[in-house]
Formats: sequence, structure tokens, C-alpha cells
Amino acid sequence: MCLAFPAEVLKIDGAIAKVERNGVERDVSLMLLPDTKVGDFVLVHAGFAMEKVTKSDADITEALLAEMCGGERTVNL
Amino acid sequence: MNNQELLREIDRLAKEINEPVRIMEVCGTHTVSIFRLGIRQLLPKNVELVSGPGCPVCVTDDVYMDKAIAYANRDDTIIATFGDMLKVPGSKSSLSEAKAMGADIRVVYSPLDTIAIAKENPDKKAIFLAVGFETTAPTAAALAKSAKDNGIKNLFLLSTEKLVPPVLRLLLEDDAVKVDGFLLPGHVCVITGVEPFKFVAEDYQKPAVVSGFEANEILRGIFLILEMKRTGNIRVLNAYKNVVTEKGNETAKNLVGEVYDTVDASWRGMGIVKKSGLRLNENFAELDIERALKIDIKPAPKKTACRCPDVLKGIITPKDCPLFNKVCSPEKPEGPCMVSVEGVCAAYYKYGRNSFDF
Repeated sequence: MCLAFPAEVLKIDGAIAKVERNGVERDVSLMLLPDTKVGDFVLVHAGFAMEKVTKSDADITEALLAEMCGGERTVNL
Repeated sequence: MNNQELLREIDRLAKEINEPVRIMEVCGTHTVSIFRLGIRQLLPKNVELVSGPGCPVCVTDDVYMDKAIAYANRDDTIIATFGDMLKVPGSKSSLSEAKAMGADIRVVYSPLDTIAIAKENPDKKAIFLAVGFETTAPTAAALAKSAKDNGIKNLFLLSTEKLVPPVLRLLLEDDAVKVDGFLLPGHVCVITGVEPFKFVAEDYQKPAVVSGFEANEILRGIFLILEMKRTGNIRVLNAYKNVVTEKGNETAKNLVGEVYDTVDASWRGMGIVKKSGLRLNENFAELDIERALKIDIKPAPKKTACRCPDVLKGIITPKDCPLFNKVCSPEKPEGPCMVSVEGVCAAYYKYGRNSFDF
């Protein structure tokens, strides 16, 4: 349930942002993070943006998630 | 430090401390990550990782489930819920059983999805089952506020959100629960900030570290706890600084404060924990299904050998429960620790109970 994932903000329409992660887009609410801008990376949980993350953290998380799904190791923490 | 360096340091510190150290995590995602990453097998023998009440689904009591099922069984309601609530057993039944018998119960990813359900079914009451800790409570608060601001009259919440700091206090006060330090829940702290957890060091002199969920972050949390034990410099540290700040997400906290009152709450296996629950306040009372539509559900104590209460407090591990893996399994769960994907018993069952001697 509490599995939050990072995603990039592509578009903002009022309080709804279109975010993208790994080629998949979804709408999330910005009610909890109203200062979000297009191009930001945010942590998404239950359809809401919870907090900003940096692109490098988002990339690292993506690489780790890809590795979990059987991909190659590309990150060494 | 990379993982190997951290493990060497943990080993060195554990030898120097030379006594058992029990570290408790109180987050279902930590429970699962620790298993999935095989961390227990890598730790020295005197460092023990224990799971506490980290799964809000697991600590939802029978009374709440019975109420949800009773509301679901009405002809004029649609229940919107997170998926992991479906199999949680009430005193007699579960939401998934009610659904199989025809109740209109829908799984949602976001609480806001309930709004569309309410709008599309104006003659029914759309009830969102609001479960979760501080990470999820703001999302339910956002639902309540949206519904009220948009004048949606047939949307309701059945709230049982819970707060983590009060239950930590209860565990620290309980002599049967022997804990030497805490890994604090990363995403709860995104919302609350580190401040509400400082009391763990200030009042109880136990070290605690806010940790993320990857191997390096969990190992770093364990390392920092051991280092604090060694030096005696006991504090609450934030090791998840990319998303956790001292104060947390103020917008989210303010929204929760605007919509909810803090009340005493019943935690499965722990009884009443003071000021550990949320209830819609006077301004949002019209969205509270319990106030709008009263039903009478009394606690019905079950005779069962299920030892979830002791498992949730970290007093025993699932292996010590007489039902584990004999009568109780993910296909046929007896208690909530096995039901939820992030429950301790489900994690033990799925990932095995092995440890290796190197």
C-alpha cells in the first residue's frame, strides 16, 4: 500500500498533474504539493504527489526497479 | 559507504557492543524490503530485526471490518477501498466474501477515485474506507475537502486512520516489548517530519533512524543505531534526507488538521491507544457515514489461537504462533498479519524463515 514511486511532471491542469514514469502516464493530484512545476520529479502515493525528489534520485530508483524486474545492474550504491 | 562496507562496520560494532540488540521497524514496506533483500541473513547473530505494528491494515480491528461489511451489504451503498482491505477478516466475514455475495465493493488506487463513483451513482452512498497512517491520511483528507468544496452530497468516509508516534510510546512503555532502537518509517516521515519522533531519544533514550527502503538505506539505518549504542550519543537521526525534512509536508499536515480531530483509537491486538486515531471533525461531520447512517456493531470476541497481537508487538515471531503455516496461510488467513501483503506473517511465509550460518 505505501509503495511510493518517483515520476516526472509533464503537464499541470489546475490541481491535477500528468506524470510519467517508465513510459506510463497517469494523473495525480497536487493538493498536497501545490508548488509543483512542470519538469519537477515527485514521489507519488495513492494518486497524490507527496514530496519533490531530485532527478538523480528518481533515476537511481528507476534503475533499481528495473533491476528488480530482471534487468542489468546499472547502479552501485 | 557501500553495502559491503556497511556490513563490515555493522559486524565490527556488533562485536564491540557484545550484547543482543533488538531493532524494531514499524513500517510494512520495511518488513517486506528486509525480507526481499535478505538482510537478516547478513546480520551478525546478536543484531535482531523485529517487526512492530507497521501495517495499518493489520491493526484494523474487527469492529471496523464488521461495520464496513454491514455498510457494504446495504442496497444503497457502494464501497470504495484500497485493495489490501478486501481479505481482512471481520468477526464472521470479509469484504471479499461480501463482494462475492453481490455487495458493490470497488477497489480504488486513489481516494479521489471515489468522487467519480459518487457522481456516476447519485442514488447511492459512495463510502471510502479511510485506512492508513500519516502517509495516507492526507489523501483521505483531500478527498473529504474536495467532496465538500464541490458540493457532493452522496460521498462519505468511514475513517480509521492511525498515528504512529502514540503507538511507539505504548511499545516503549510496555515491559514485555524489549526494543533497543527503531528504524522509523520513511514515508510517514515525509509527511510528519522528524520532529514528532524525537521523543524516542529524548524521553526513552533509545536511538532511532528515519530510513528509506533500499538495501543501502536500511543497512545505513542499522549501522547508525549500533554506532549510537556504542558511543552512548542517543538521538533520532534522519538518513532519508532526499525526501524527509525536519518539519515534513506542511500542506499535507494542515489539510489533516483542517479535516480531522485526533481521538483515541482501537488497535487490533493492542486495545485502545490514546490520541492515536483520526475522526472527521464538526466541519466535515456530514461526510462521516457513521454519523449519517448509524449501524449497531458490537465487538464480538472470537475464540481463536491466533497470536497476531503478540506478533504485532514484536514479542513473538510468526513461527511461534501455533496457527502459522498450519491453519493460517495467505490463501486462508486467520488474522490480519497474514492477510496484508505487508503483514509480518505474510512476509515470513513468502520469503521463508531461513537463516544461514556462514
